[in-house]
Amino acid sequence: MSDDYIYAVARVRSKELSLLGRQDIDQLMACRGFDECLRVLNDKGWGGGSAASAEGLLAQEEEKTWAFIRELTDDLTPFAVLLFPIDYNNLKAAVKCVVTDVKPQNVFLPGGSIDPQLMARCVRENDFSPLPPAMAAAADEAYHTLLHTGDGQLCDVILDRACLEGILDCGKSSKNELLERYAQLRVAVADIKTAVRACKTGKSRSFIDAALAPCSTLDVGSLAAAACKSPEDIYGYLAVTPYGAAGEKLKDSYSAFEKWCDDQVMDLIKEQKSNPFTVGPLFAYVLARQNEISTVRIILSGKLNELDDGMIRERLRDMYV
Amino acid sequence: MDISSLVFDWDQLGIVFALLGAVLAALLGGIGSAIGVGMTGQAAAGVVTEDPSKFGKVLILQLLPGTQGIYGLLIGFVTLTQIGILGGSADLTLAKGLLYLAACLPMAIVGLVSAKWQAKAAVSSISLVAKKPDQFGKSMIFPAMVETYAVLALLISILSITSIGGLSV
Repeated sequence: MSDDYIYAVARVRSKELSLLGRQDIDQLMACRGFDECLRVLNDKGWGGGSAASAEGLLAQEEEKTWAFIRELTDDLTPFAVLLFPIDYNNLKAAVKCVVTDVKPQNVFLPGGSIDPQLMARCVRENDFSPLPPAMAAAADEAYHTLLHTGDGQLCDVILDRACLEGILDCGKSSKNELLERYAQLRVAVADIKTAVRACKTGKSRSFIDAALAPCSTLDVGSLAAAACKSPEDIYGYLAVTPYGAAGEKLKDSYSAFEKWCDDQVMDLIKEQKSNPFTVGPLFAYVLARQNEISTVRIILSGKLNELDDGMIRERLRDMYV
Repeated sequence: MDISSLVFDWDQLGIVFALLGAVLAALLGGIGSAIGVGMTGQAAAGVVTEDPSKFGKVLILQLLPGTQGIYGLLIGFVTLTQIGILGGSADLTLAKGLLYLAACLPMAIVGLVSAKWQAKAAVSSISLVAKKPDQFGKSMIFPAMVETYAVLALLISILSITSIGGLSV
């Protein structure tokens, strides 16, 4: 119900005032070093002054975002599109730890919608019924594949594809245009990345077919066929799809392509700035915060490694505000 | 048996229809305003949660969809006075009763619809004030434009109600 989010959207509008804008990014870029960057971020309220490291600070900010969203709504179903990758990453870790008989330590990502310990128990007991049906089926297949073949990459492919299919389903069932378009973009981008990597590593057609998730804006059959030939064939195929610019960026560099992917997401969510109803602005806020954190990570790592400012700037993402 | 006592006097329904008009004006206008003020109240609370200093500004925006309820009450009150329920004679012909009902409908229907749409405009304006408090003056104008149509409906209802008494129907 669109009216259910009126209070939440109003709070998000106020919170958006504290998002980093282009001027803030310029201020960070003007810092002389890594420590000065951290001081500027602390002055802007990042980390709450308790984070010991840059990664700790960024993790705290991510946690703050989700704590804010949990405060606004009890129902995180519309955000499953963002939580699926964390859940499936944890599932991969659980399957591999159980099969290789290693105790899971520091392998699970925080913030997923399913407790990683529950996943580990499901895999250990070979009973996946406590998991959502689609995830349970993928976990069962991945577990038995890894057990019988010992092929970790095949296990990853099964779970990654299930994750992408889950994202698409989630987008479709949300009945929200933004979520649906985001899910499509996310899956299309993942398919393009997979095709490019598979092409460069010379994977077989059957492997590529298994890895690519069906997507309405891309013909995965044509993409797989192009990936079996050469990167130029991939760019050629992309040129006749809505992702023609992706091919151009890939020709430049992989980091230019990644920046393009993030900028596409920002373009997608920008119209939510004038939407006072629906879950869209909340979703856009989470993505804007993730984009902000990712941009700050780029600056911090650039400053830490004393990279040239020009090199850092060409990787900086468009900002939401 | 007196046959004439079995014939229904349709003019007895005149007052019923007139009262129905008064009730609808107050009821629908009130429902619209309750929904509208409720929606804007949620948005206002959201902004004040993050920044209590904006209370005064968002309160004014919250109250804008509340006027339709007041207009509905006014129409109800004027109608009750005109048809004699609040003192005087309550004798009305069926035709006059229906005329009062028709006269109340603009305020009833426009009150309900405009309050909900004004609330949507006010919620958007509250978002605007949340991000740009200096644009408060402009933010007031957008929902106030919707008010125009509630005022027009109020005007036509009042003019009709106060004129029906002089008609010979």
